[in-house]
Amino acid sequence: MINQTAAAMSEALVKGEVTSTQLTQAHLDRISDVDTSVKAFLHVDAEGALAQAARVDADRSSGKKLHPLAGIPLALKDVLTQDGIPTTAGSKILQGWKPQYDSTVVSKIKEAGIVILGKTNMDEFAMGSSTENSAYGPTFNPWDLSRTPGGSSGGSAAAVSAFEAPLAIGSDTGGSIRQPAALTGIVGVRPTYGAVSRYGLIAYSSSLDQAGPFGRTVLDTALLHDVMAGHDPKDATSINGKFPDVVSAAQKRDVKGLKIGVIKQLQGEGYQKGVQARFDESLQVLASLGAEIIEVDCPSFEYALAAYYLIAPSECSSNLARFDAMRYGLRVGDSDGASAEAVMSATRNAGFGHEVKRRIILGAYALSSGYYDAYYGSAQKIRTLIIQDYAKAFAQADVLVSPTAPTTAFKIGEKSNDPIAMYLGDVATIPVNLAGICGMSLPAGLADEDGLPVGFQIMAPAMCDDRLYNVGGALEAALASQWGGHLISKAPALGGSK
Amino acid sequence: MAISYDEVVAKYDPVLGLEVHVELNTESKMFCSCSTVFGGEPNTQTCPVCLALPGALPVVNARAIESTIKIGLALNCQIAPYSRFARKNYFYPDMPKNFQISQYDEPICFDGYVDVEIDTDEGLKEFRIEVERVHMEEDTGKSLHVGGATGRIHGADYSLLDYNRAGIPLVEIVTKIVPGTGKYAPEVARAYVAELRDILRGLGVSDVKMEQGSLRCDANVSLKPMGSDVLGTRSETKNVNSLRSVERAIRGEMIRHAELLDAGAKVKQETRHFQEDTGLTRSGRSKEQAEDYRYFPEPDLVPVAPDAAWIEELRKALPERPSLRRKRLKQEWNVPDKEMAAMVNADVLDIVEATVVLGADPTKARSWWLGEISRIANDKEVSVTELAITPADVAEIVALVNKGELTDKLARQVVEGVVAGEGTPAEVVAKRGIKVVNDDGALMAAIEKVCSEQPDTAQKVRDGHIPAAGALIGAVMKETKGQADAARVRELLLGHLGQPVN
Ligand SMILES: [Zn+2]
Repeated sequence: MINQTAAAMSEALVKGEVTSTQLTQAHLDRISDVDTSVKAFLHVDAEGALAQAARVDADRSSGKKLHPLAGIPLALKDVLTQDGIPTTAGSKILQGWKPQYDSTVVSKIKEAGIVILGKTNMDEFAMGSSTENSAYGPTFNPWDLSRTPGGSSGGSAAAVSAFEAPLAIGSDTGGSIRQPAALTGIVGVRPTYGAVSRYGLIAYSSSLDQAGPFGRTVLDTALLHDVMAGHDPKDATSINGKFPDVVSAAQKRDVKGLKIGVIKQLQGEGYQKGVQARFDESLQVLASLGAEIIEVDCPSFEYALAAYYLIAPSECSSNLARFDAMRYGLRVGDSDGASAEAVMSATRNAGFGHEVKRRIILGAYALSSGYYDAYYGSAQKIRTLIIQDYAKAFAQADVLVSPTAPTTAFKIGEKSNDPIAMYLGDVATIPVNLAGICGMSLPAGLADEDGLPVGFQIMAPAMCDDRLYNVGGALEAALASQWGGHLISKAPALGGSK
Repeated sequence: MAISYDEVVAKYDPVLGLEVHVELNTESKMFCSCSTVFGGEPNTQTCPVCLALPGALPVVNARAIESTIKIGLALNCQIAPYSRFARKNYFYPDMPKNFQISQYDEPICFDGYVDVEIDTDEGLKEFRIEVERVHMEEDTGKSLHVGGATGRIHGADYSLLDYNRAGIPLVEIVTKIVPGTGKYAPEVARAYVAELRDILRGLGVSDVKMEQGSLRCDANVSLKPMGSDVLGTRSETKNVNSLRSVERAIRGEMIRHAELLDAGAKVKQETRHFQEDTGLTRSGRSKEQAEDYRYFPEPDLVPVAPDAAWIEELRKALPERPSLRRKRLKQEWNVPDKEMAAMVNADVLDIVEATVVLGADPTKARSWWLGEISRIANDKEVSVTELAITPADVAEIVALVNKGELTDKLARQVVEGVVAGEGTPAEVVAKRGIKVVNDDGALMAAIEKVCSEQPDTAQKVRDGHIPAAGALIGAVMKETKGQADAARVRELLLGHLGQPVN
C-alpha cells in the first residue's frame, strides 16, 4: 500500500478499500522499520497523525465532502510551525520549543484533512545542501545510505524516497527542495515567490524562502501544491491574484509546439558526465513529443552564486537575531549576576552550529556601514541583471531547463570541510530564487557511473507554475513508458518490505 | 565657574535639532492586530508577531500609514510616491526581533516646515523650523529592573520584560538643524513641540499626552562661538516629556556646554537624560563610536506606494492649521496677544470656539472658561474638558445674563450647579429658585428702606458725591439677597437721589 502514489491512495480511500487510519499506521510502521537507518524524521507524532486519520475516516463515513488528499499522510519539514509540536529548524537553539501557532501552510494542510506524520530533518535553519548541518545528525540517502540526500530539505526528500510518506513539504531558498528531490529520485517544486504563504516558515532569507511540495510523481506534487498555494493576508509578500491550475496542468502533458530553452550557462563543464547524459536524453524525449528545443543565453548567471551568498547571509544575520534566549528556546549561562547580553552571547554561541555562525558573520559584515554598497548593494544589482536575463529568455521560450544539480548524491562528509564545493552544488538552482520565479526537479534516470538518480530542472516565469507541471508531466510519462515504471520503483528496498 | 544664561547667549550661538516621537492612536499595533490600549496587564497584548516567535511575519497597519501621511501633509512635507521600511539591527532584550522595523533612507514624508511665533523683545516674531523627515517605526517593549538602588539595569537583581508596547506605531518627526534662534532657543523649541502637539491633536492621530509618553522629544543642542560657522559638538537629551521640560532641558544644556567650552574642555557627543527634579541632565550612552545598525530594506514588507489621488483627498480633508486658526480667531474675536496666549496655554481654545459658535459673545465665553470654570477645574485638579459643563451650557448662561435673567453673581451659582451635575442651566435655575429681582417696585422699596437707614450716605449722594452710592447699592443688593440686577439698582438709586444716570 505504501508504495502507491498519493493519487492512487486517494482513490483507494474514496472507494473504501482502505481507511486513513490503516494508511497512516502503515506509514508509521514503515518509519519504525527504516528510519533508524534513513533518519528522515526529527519527531514522529504518531498520536496526532492517528487522531487526524480517525477524524477523516469518521468524516468520510458520515458522507462529508472531503478534499482529494484527505487522509493521506505527509512529512513536514521542521522549519514550519505546527501548534504544540516540537519545532527546531534543525537547530539546538530551538531545542524543546513548541510553537503556539500553526503556520499558514500547516493550517491549510490540516484543513484539507492531510495527516501530518511528523517533522523532518534539515540543515540547521535551512543552511546547507546535504542535511549534514542538522544539529541532530545527518539524514541518509535511501538510494545509498553512505550518501547524503541533499539539502536542506533532505529529511522530507528522503522520507518520500524511502516510502515513509507519499508526500512531504520542504522549503527552497537556493534549491533546498529541487536539489534533494534530484538526489533522491523524486519530484520537488519550488513555487513562485509569494505563491505559498511564509507565515510560520522559520525565516532563513526572507526574500528567497519559499515552501513547496515533494511527491513521487508530478501529479502527486501538483495535488499538494494546490493545497499549499494561495493568498494569505498574514504575509505581506503573498501574491493576491489568480493562481494557475497546477493539477489540470499535471494531467494535460502536452508539449507540442512549446519552446523549451536550454540555458547555455547551466550545462557542460562542471556537470557530471552521467548527469549531462540523462539531461540530454530528456531533451530528446521532449523534442520527440513535439517541443522545440532552443538554447538561451543568461550571462549574469555566472554571478548568481556570489550574489546569493551575500543576500541570503545578510538577511539571515538579521532574521536569526531573535534567537536570544529571552523568550523561548535554549538559554545558556543564566547564572548569578550574568547580564542579559552575556546570556544572549553564550546562548547563541552554544546554540548555533558552524555553518549558521559562518553565514551570520558573513551577512553582518556585508551589511556593515562602509561595505554595504560593495557587497549587499552589488548583490542586489546582480539580482536585477538575473531577472533581466530571465525576462529575455522567457521572451524566447515557454520554459527553461537545466540539470538540477551538477552531480548525483555525494558521500556523507565528502564536502563538509569545503564550503565552496558545497555551495557550487546549488549553481543551477539559485537563479530561480534570486528571480522569484518557479522551478521543478523531476527524475531523469540514473547516472551510468554510480547508478544514482539525476534531476531534470524546469523553470517557468512567476505565476506560471502550471507550465512546470505540464512539461514535467509530459516528460515523466514518456520516461516512465520507456523505463516501464517510475524511477522510484528502482530504489533499494531498505530492509523493510515495500 | 558658574555662568548666567545671559552670558551664555552673549558669547555663544545655539544650534538645535529636535526629534519628536509620536505614538499613533491606531486601534492595533504597527505590524500585528494586537490592541494598543494603554495600561494592560504585562504581556497580555502580544501575539506571535510582536513577540517575534519563529516564523511570524509583520503586516503594515494601513491606518498607521494614513495617519503618517496626514502628519506629513500637515507639516508641509512632500509625500514619497514610493518608500520602504528598513531593519535597524541591534540587540536589546525589550526589542523582540533584535531589530526595529523603521524607515532609513526612504522616509514616507520629507522636506516640510512648521512656523512658530515667539514673544520677543521686539514683539511677536515668527521662526520657521524646517522638518527633514517624518517616518514610521515601531515602539519597543519595556524593561522593569527589579532590585538594586535606582531602578536602572546596573545593579538590578533581575529584569522583567513587558511586550505590550512592543510594536506600537510610532512616527518620528526630525527637524533639520535649527540655527538663528539665539537666546530664544529654549522658547522656540517649546513652541515647536507645542505646535506639533496641537497639529497632531487637530488631526486626531495621537493622544499626544507627553506625561504618558505618547509624545516625547529628544533635543539635540550644540553651541558655536558667536560669528563662527563651525558647528559645535552636540549632546542629545532623550525623552523629555513636558513642554516645560523641553525649555528647561535646552536652557540647562546650553549652560552646561558653555561652562565646558569656557573651561577649555570638550563637549562629549553623547546621549543624556533629563531629570525633572533638578532640571539638569545626566550622562547616558556615549555616542563617540557611532553604532552600526546595519540598515537594509525590510524584505518581509512590500514598499509603500500611496495613490496620488488618495493623498490629495487626505490633503483636502486636513483640518485648519492651528497657527492659522489662532490668527483667525484672534482677529475675529479681537483678542489681545496676552489673552490669546493665556487661552492657548490653558488649552481652552477649542472649547471657547465651540461656545462662540453656539452664539456666545467671544469675550464672555473666554472669561467664563478662562476664569470661573478654570478655577473650579484647578480646585478639582482636572482639565476643564473633564468637568460636567459643556459649551452649550456656557452659551445658555451667557444668553440668560444678556437677557437680564441672571446677574453675574447668580450665573456663577448656575455654573456651580451645572458642574455639580444638577442639570442644564435652565434646570439649575428652576431647581435652585434662582431669579433676578427686576420688579422696580420691589427694588424701590428696598432703596427707600436703605436710604432711610443710612441718611448721611444718601445725603452725600444727593450733594453730588457719586462714589458714595456704592455703599447704598451694596446694601440694596444685600437686602434683595443678590438677586437684583446691580446696574438697574444703580439707575433707580441715582434717579431717586436726583443724580444723573451716566
Ligand atoms: Zn501582536
